[in-house]
Amino acid sequence: MNEGQCVALFHSTSLALRGEKLCRAEGIPVKLIPVPRRLSSDCGVCLRFAGAFEERVRALFNERALEFEDIVCL
Amino acid sequence: MIYLDNAATSFPKPARVVDAMTEFAREIGANPGRSGHRLSVEAGRTIYDAREALASLFKIRDPLRVIFTANATVGLNQALLGLLSAGDRVVTSGMEHNSVMRPLRFLEASGIRVATVPCSSQGLLDPDELRRTLSERTAMVVVNHGSNVNGCIQPVRALGAAAREAGALFLVDAAQTAGCVEIDMAEDNIDLLAFTGHKALYGPQGTGGLVLGGRVPVERMRPIVFGGTGSRSEYETQPDFLPDRYESGTPNTVGIAGLLEGVRFILETGVTAIRRREDALADVLTEGLAEVNGLRIFSGSGGSRLPTVSFTGDTLPPDEIGLRLDEEFGVLCRVGLHCSPAAHNTLGSFPDGTVRLSAGLFTTEEEIRAAIDAVRVIVSEGGAR
Ligand SMILES: Cc1ncc(COP(=O)(O)O)c(C=O)c1O
Repeated sequence: MNEGQCVALFHSTSLALRGEKLCRAEGIPVKLIPVPRRLSSDCGVCLRFAGAFEERVRALFNERALEFEDIVCL
Repeated sequence: MIYLDNAATSFPKPARVVDAMTEFAREIGANPGRSGHRLSVEAGRTIYDAREALASLFKIRDPLRVIFTANATVGLNQALLGLLSAGDRVVTSGMEHNSVMRPLRFLEASGIRVATVPCSSQGLLDPDELRRTLSERTAMVVVNHGSNVNGCIQPVRALGAAAREAGALFLVDAAQTAGCVEIDMAEDNIDLLAFTGHKALYGPQGTGGLVLGGRVPVERMRPIVFGGTGSRSEYETQPDFLPDRYESGTPNTVGIAGLLEGVRFILETGVTAIRRREDALADVLTEGLAEVNGLRIFSGSGGSRLPTVSFTGDTLPPDEIGLRLDEEFGVLCRVGLHCSPAAHNTLGSFPDGTVRLSAGLFTTEEEIRAAIDAVRVIVSEGGAR
């Protein structure tokens, strides 16, 4: 299991906000942070969460058909 | 002063709507989705919350299918210009506003066929009549849900069922009904719903949108405006995901903050309770005017109707009645054709138009009675003055 932090990257702030709501509703602790510079050339926000939740977050987004760019674990 | 022009825009707004806009402008104010800082995220959250509130009002699951536009007109244009192509056939009713008729007349010039199904003299579109028109292959049916001229409410569920049987998309102009008539997009067979924020949603002017149901072919719906979205800035092509595909340029965030509060107010009050109240006001208005001699009245028939009623006088033209209502009695209404020549044609009040009195949730029975008394005085004096 991943011990570090992960971020979910989205195409837009609205998608990131939807991701935040979906996670919170499932009790997954998440935080919206600016996208780390090395991950994207675009300004914007991404969703940070503990690596332990990676699979759950991925499954949740797929299940709710929330489009995301990538989940990157650091 | 008695404000009876709620069909043009609701007034007054709930105080909390104005407060929410002030607070947004004072405390948040940033550009949503354009930067990563906390105020930008807060602004983005305000807009997201408004999408969610509207999704819950119209009973759809995915808030990202709520597209914000400047008003219902832009939402309707996005749906019509975005989806129809040369060779397509579109069917509409005889009760439409120019925000539908003008884009349709424009499209007609580029090879789109427009068929209009006549409505009854009360403005109602019969689903069987619509069904007969749909024997020919049709891309879209577009219908005004609630009339801004006589307040009649169309049986959208049955109309939508007819559209679906024929394989057509169903676009509903909910400018007059969003917030005061129960709307469940799936149950009501609605594929695209255009709403405006400044009428029965109690938000400010400059807000509105288009809600996309699950059957809308997003990949085929061309945006009518292209530009910056704050997303995918490395590409010079328009994003293909919702809502960014249809939301270029900085939105009216302060207005949407107000709209959010208006929709929250509606969700807390309940559309059913609002409908009950407005039906009662519609009865007071219609029955009161019916008792005035020398008027011809245009109102929705039986059942549920909007508290929007038109009339003409036997002896005075509408503009003169309107002017005297304002100047002598402080009653504010709207006279003329209400951007709806088609509807006035159907009801038989074209080209002179009518005097329209439109109540809202905050109108009292006393105000309506006082306005009707004023009408009585004006028409009984008639041309004698
Ligand atoms: C039936 C109807 N459709 C569309 C509109 C257009 O709304 P807006 O002016 O907010 O775009 C209105 C109101 O003006 C209306 O009454």
